[in-house]
Amino acid sequence: MNPNLPNSFRTGPDERGHFGNFGGRFVAETLMPLILDLEKAYAAAKADPSFQTEMNGYLKDYVGRPSPLYFAERLTEHLGGAKIYLKREELNHTGSHKVNNVLGQIMVARRMGKKRIIAETGAGQHGVATATLCARFGLECVVYMGAVDVARQAPNVFRMEMLGAKVVPVQSGTRTLKDAMNEALRDWVTNVHNTFYCIGTVAGPHPYPMMVRDFQSVIGEETRKQMQEAEGRLPDSLVACIGGGSNAMGLFHPFLDDPSVEIFGVEAAGHGLTQLHAASIAGGRAGVLHGNRTYLLMDDDGQIQDAHSISAGLDYPGIGPEHSWLHETGRVTYLSATDDEALAAFMLLSRLEGIPPALESAHAIAKVTELAPKRPKDHLMVVNLSGRGDKDIPQITEILKGKKQ
Amino acid sequence: MTTRIDARFAELAKQGRSAFVTFLMAGDPDPKTSLDIIKALPKAGADIIEIGMPFTDPMADGPSIQAAGLRALKGGMTLRKTLEMVRGFRKEDDTTPLVLMGYYNPIYIYGVDKFLADAKVAGVDGLIIVDLPPEEDDELCIPALKAGLNFIRLATPTTDDKRLPAVLANTSGFVYYVSITGITGAAAADSKAVGDAVARIKRHTKLPVCVGFGIRTPQAARAIAEKANGAVVGTALVDALRDSLDTKGQATTKTVAAVADLVASLAQGVRGAKQAAE
Repeated sequence: MNPNLPNSFRTGPDERGHFGNFGGRFVAETLMPLILDLEKAYAAAKADPSFQTEMNGYLKDYVGRPSPLYFAERLTEHLGGAKIYLKREELNHTGSHKVNNVLGQIMVARRMGKKRIIAETGAGQHGVATATLCARFGLECVVYMGAVDVARQAPNVFRMEMLGAKVVPVQSGTRTLKDAMNEALRDWVTNVHNTFYCIGTVAGPHPYPMMVRDFQSVIGEETRKQMQEAEGRLPDSLVACIGGGSNAMGLFHPFLDDPSVEIFGVEAAGHGLTQLHAASIAGGRAGVLHGNRTYLLMDDDGQIQDAHSISAGLDYPGIGPEHSWLHETGRVTYLSATDDEALAAFMLLSRLEGIPPALESAHAIAKVTELAPKRPKDHLMVVNLSGRGDKDIPQITEILKGKKQ
Repeated sequence: MTTRIDARFAELAKQGRSAFVTFLMAGDPDPKTSLDIIKALPKAGADIIEIGMPFTDPMADGPSIQAAGLRALKGGMTLRKTLEMVRGFRKEDDTTPLVLMGYYNPIYIYGVDKFLADAKVAGVDGLIIVDLPPEEDDELCIPALKAGLNFIRLATPTTDDKRLPAVLANTSGFVYYVSITGITGAAAADSKAVGDAVARIKRHTKLPVCVGFGIRTPQAARAIAEKANGAVVGTALVDALRDSLDTKGQATTKTVAAVADLVASLAQGVRGAKQAAE
C-alpha cells in the first residue's frame, strides 16, 4: 500500500473535482457554464433536507429499497470457505443498481428546470432506468446506444421505446458505449440550454463522479446496517464488478475508512489481458477522456483503443477516476475475470441459487469463486449483484448454441 | 514578445481586412498529401492555418471532422508525425502562423514539456485544445505561455459576461468565437448574432476575435469577416478533400487542387469584406 495514505478515503474529490491526480473537468467551453451550474445545484440539493426526504420516499416506494442482503447458503457450501452474502440490487425496479443514480439525477434536473434528459447506455440498464424515471416525471428522454449494443441488447431497447424514450443507435467509431458517450456529449453541446445529461457511471467531468457515487452509496450504507443486523459486525470483504464502476463505488464508499474490510473490484478481461479486453486498470494507464483524467486503454500515441467484453455494460475503455485513485493508493485491489469465467459464474449462480446474474455481476461472482475458498468459514464476504441476467439470456443462449456446434 | 500570429494580425490591420483561417486535419488522407495541401494554402489565400491533431474520440466535432481524423489515423498519422509535418511546412514558409487544434490526451501521453519544446522548435505558433477549459489551465495553457506559444481559447454563446474574463485571462494570439452551441459542421449562426457577440467579447479584450463553425460559402465567409477579425472554415474544406478521394479513400490527382480551389474562393469572400470595426 502507498506510504502516503490520506487520513480518510471518503473526503474526495477536492473543490476542483480531483481524486489525487484523477478526475477534473476536461470539457469544451460550451459545457463549462452548465457544469458549474450543475455543481451549484447539486450542492444546494445536498444541503436541502427536503431533497433527501423526497428521494428517500421514492427509493422506498418506487425503487423498492432497501434491497435485501441475502445469505447465499448453497454457493457458500459449494465454495467451502467464506460466508457469502449477495446484495440484491437486481431486485430494484428496472432490474439493476442504475435506478438509484438516475432517480437522484432526475431530481436534480427537475430542480434545475430541465425538461429534456439525455443518456448513454451500454447494456441498456442505465437507459432503461433513465427512460423509466423520465416516464414517471413526464420528461423527454433520448438515449444514445452503440449500434453493436442495440443489436446485442434487444430486450432493453424494446423496453426503453415502450417507456417512451427515443433510442438513437450510434454508428460512429466502434459503435459501443464509448461512442454512445461521445454522441451524448455532442447532443449536450448542441442542446445545452434545455438539456440535462444523465451520466450512467462514476465518470465524466466533476461533479458527476462524486454525484453518482453519492447516489449509489445507498448500497454500501444499507449493507453496513444489514450486516450488523445479520452478523453483528462489519463484513470482512466486498466484491463488485467494474465497468465505469458505479455499483462498485456505491458498495465500497461507505467502507473505505474501515481498514478491516478488504475490497475487490473486478474488471472485464474479455478474451484475456493480452488480447481484447476492457480492463482499464490492469491494461491501461492514466489519460484524459470524456471529461476526466483516469485509467484508459490506449496506444502509444494516446489514441483510445477498443474495449471488449462479453458484457455490454463493462465494454468501456475507461473507469471512474475515484477507482483510479483507490488503485494507486492501494486501498482497493483490482482483479479481472474473462468472458469465459463470467459465463461459468452466470451458470453457477443460476443453478445453485436460482438467481441468474447480469453478465456484469457474473464477473464479480467469478472472482468470488477464487477468493472465497481461500478464506476461513467465519469470513463475511459481500458480493454486489448489480443487475439481473434476464437481459442477457438471448445473448447467452446464442453463445451456448455456438459452443455445442 | 511578438509571435507570428501577432505579426499577421498587425499586417492585416494595415491592409484593412480580416483574416481567413483554414482548418484541415493533419495526415488526411495520408501524411504526404496532407503536407502538400498545407503548403498550397498560403498561396491560395489562407492567412492563418489551423492543423487538426487526429484523435479517436473528438467529442466536440461533427461527423466530417471525426471521419477526417480516423482517415488520418488509418494512414498512420501520429502526434510526432504532425510535428514533422509542421517542420516540413516551415522549410518553405516562415511567416504564415500555424495553430495546432485538437484534444488533450495525445499531448498528455506525449508529455506536456516535451510536446511544447518540440512544437516550438517545429514552428508551431499556437494551440487550441478543445477539452481544456480555464479550470484546467495548469495542465497545458500556462506551460504553453511560458514556452512562448499562444494558447487560443474558444468562447461560445454560453460564455456569459461573468465568465468571459476567466476565459480571456490566459488567452493570447486571438479569441476563437464558436458562433453556435453545437459541433463542427452544424448550421451557421446569423451574422447579426455573431456581430453582437464579437462586440460583446471586444468589450473585454483587445485581442482579435475570429469566428468559426458553420461557414461554408464565400458569401458566409464575407458576412462573418465584416463582423469579426477573422473567419474560420474547417468542415467545408474537409468535405471538399473527402469528395476528391477515390473509392478506397486514397488521395487522387485532384485532391490538393480541390482544397486549394475552395480556399481561393473563400479567401475572395473574406477579402471582399470591410475590416471589422475595432
